[in-house]
Amino acid sequence: MQVYLPIAEISVNVFYLLGLGGLVGALSGLFGVGGGFLMTPFLIFTGIPPAVAVATEANQILGASVSGVFAHWRRSNVDFKMGFILLAGGLVGSSFGVWLFSVLRGFGQIDLVIALAYVVFLSVIGALMLVESGRAMFRHRRREAAQRKLHKHIWLHGLPLKTRFRKSKLYISALLPAGIGFFVGILAAIMGVGGGFVMVPAMIYLIGMPTSMVVGTSLFQIIFVTANVTILQAYYNQTVDAFLALLLLVGGVIGAQIGTRAGSFLRGEQLRGLLALVVLGVCARIFFDLVATPDDLFSLVSPTTSTASSGGR
Amino acid sequence: MLAVMFLLTATATARAEALVADLSSHLIAITTGFQGSELLLFGATDGDGDVVVLVRGPEEPLKVRRKDRIGGIWVNREEVTFEKVPVFFRMASNRPVGDFVPYALLSRHQLGLSFLEISAAAEESVAQAEMVSFRAALIRGKTREGLYAPGEGKVTFLGERLFRTNVVFPPNVPTGTYTIEVFLIRDGHVVGAQTTPLIVSKVGLGAEVFLFAHRHAAFYGILSVILAMLAGWLGAVAFRRV
Repeated sequence: MQVYLPIAEISVNVFYLLGLGGLVGALSGLFGVGGGFLMTPFLIFTGIPPAVAVATEANQILGASVSGVFAHWRRSNVDFKMGFILLAGGLVGSSFGVWLFSVLRGFGQIDLVIALAYVVFLSVIGALMLVESGRAMFRHRRREAAQRKLHKHIWLHGLPLKTRFRKSKLYISALLPAGIGFFVGILAAIMGVGGGFVMVPAMIYLIGMPTSMVVGTSLFQIIFVTANVTILQAYYNQTVDAFLALLLLVGGVIGAQIGTRAGSFLRGEQLRGLLALVVLGVCARIFFDLVATPDDLFSLVSPTTSTASSGGR
Repeated sequence: MLAVMFLLTATATARAEALVADLSSHLIAITTGFQGSELLLFGATDGDGDVVVLVRGPEEPLKVRRKDRIGGIWVNREEVTFEKVPVFFRMASNRPVGDFVPYALLSRHQLGLSFLEISAAAEESVAQAEMVSFRAALIRGKTREGLYAPGEGKVTFLGERLFRTNVVFPPNVPTGTYTIEVFLIRDGHVVGAQTTPLIVSKVGLGAEVFLFAHRHAAFYGILSVILAMLAGWLGAVAFRRV
C-alpha cells in the first residue's frame, strides 16, 4: 500500500516504512542506541531527499526518546542538573547547526557534508566499538579486580564555573558538559541523529559520569535538543515530514520492545561487536557512494525547494 | 458511452472549426494514495491532416549541477540555472513528426525535446560548449524522473476524423497548471490548434499538511513535536510491563 508523504513529496510503501522503523527500533532496543545514525542513511537510500530525512529523523528521535526516558525516570537514573547544562549547550549548538544547514544547502553542499559527517563518525565509532568488543571477548572471564577511583580528574574538569552534581557524584566545571552539549547539538541538526552515540562515550570518558546515569540523562537532553531541531527545521527549511516521522515511530516503538527482549539472549560484548559491524557496513556504503563514479555527473535541483531531485550515485 | 457522445457532438461543431479536442478530466488530484494517473484526450478534425498533441507543465527555474572529483570524492562544482523549464513534457502524434512537419514549425511550436526553449540566466558565464552538455543533462535528468518522455506517444485515428490518445502522468507529477496543445497539420501548415488547461493539484490530507507546513511553519513544527511526544508517551504506556 503506497502512501504519499506530503513534505518528502514521494510515494513510499507503508509497510516498508513500518518495517524500517521496526528494524531500526529493534536494533536500538538490542544495542541501547537511538538508531538515528542508522535510520537517516536508510531513509536516504530509500530516496527521501537528504534534507527531509535529516529533519524528520530529529522529529522521530524525539518521540523515541520520550518513550525511552520513562523507564530511566522511574529508576531515577536521570541527573537533571547535568541534563539541563548539557541541554543549554545543546540548544545553542543545534540552533547553530540548523543555521549552518541552511547555508550549506544554499551552496549545494549539504548532501556532501551529511555524507562526510557520517563517514567520519561512523568509521571512528564503529572501529572503536569493534576493537573494544574484541578485547572484551578475549579477556572475558578474567575479572579486573583493581578498584578504580570514582573518576579520573582531567584538566577539562578544572575549567572555571565549577559546579557540584550530586546525582553523578561529581564536582567539575559546567563548561565541559555545556561544550559537549553544543558539539552534539550541531551533529543533531546536521546529521539527523540524537547524538547518543557521541554523547554517551563523552559522558563516560570525558565527564566521568557513573554509567547508570548516562543513558537516562542523555535521553532527557536529546528530547529537548531534537524538539528544538524539529521546530527550527520546520520553520526555516520546511523539511519536517510529520507523517513519515509518525509511521517510523509506530514501527520503532514495537521494534524496540522486540529488540530489548532479544538482547537478553546475547552477551554484551557480542552485541557491541555486532553493532560495530552494522555501523561499519553503513559507513562503507556511504563512503562507496562518495567515491564511486556517479552514473550521471549532473544533478537537477529546483531552487524553490532546494532538494536534489535527481542524479546518479 | 459518454465519450462517444462527446465525440459525436465534437464532430458536429468541427465543421465550424478545423479541430476540436477535449480531455476526459481537467483535474488531476494528488491524494494520499496517488499512484499516477492516465487521461484520455479525444477530438475530431474537419478532414485530412495529422494531429500533434503537446503536454507541458508549468515553467520553473531549475539548477543543474555538475560533480567533479576532488581528492577522490565527487563534489558538486559548476552549476547553471535555467530560467524557464517546463516541469513536465510529453508529445504524441499519429506518425513521426519529422515526416510531415517542416523544421521551422517544429522549432516555432517547440515540438520535441530538442526544440524546448530553455535558456540559462543571462549572468551565466559557462562556455557555449559546456552549456550544451548542461542542457543535455537537464533533459536526461528529467527523463530519468519520468517527467520528460524522449519519444512520441501515439495518437490513434478512429475512422477518418476522430482521434484519441492517452496521456500518462507518473506518481511524481509536479503540481501546477498544465497546458495541452493540439495541432492539426495539413501540407506542412497548422490549419487548426486548440489549447486546453489541466490542473494538477494536491487534495485531501496531504495537501492540507503541505500547505500548513509552509504557511504556518512554526506552528507546524510545534505540532510535530507534540505529536511525536504523544506517540512516544503512548508507546511507553503501552509497553510498561517489560
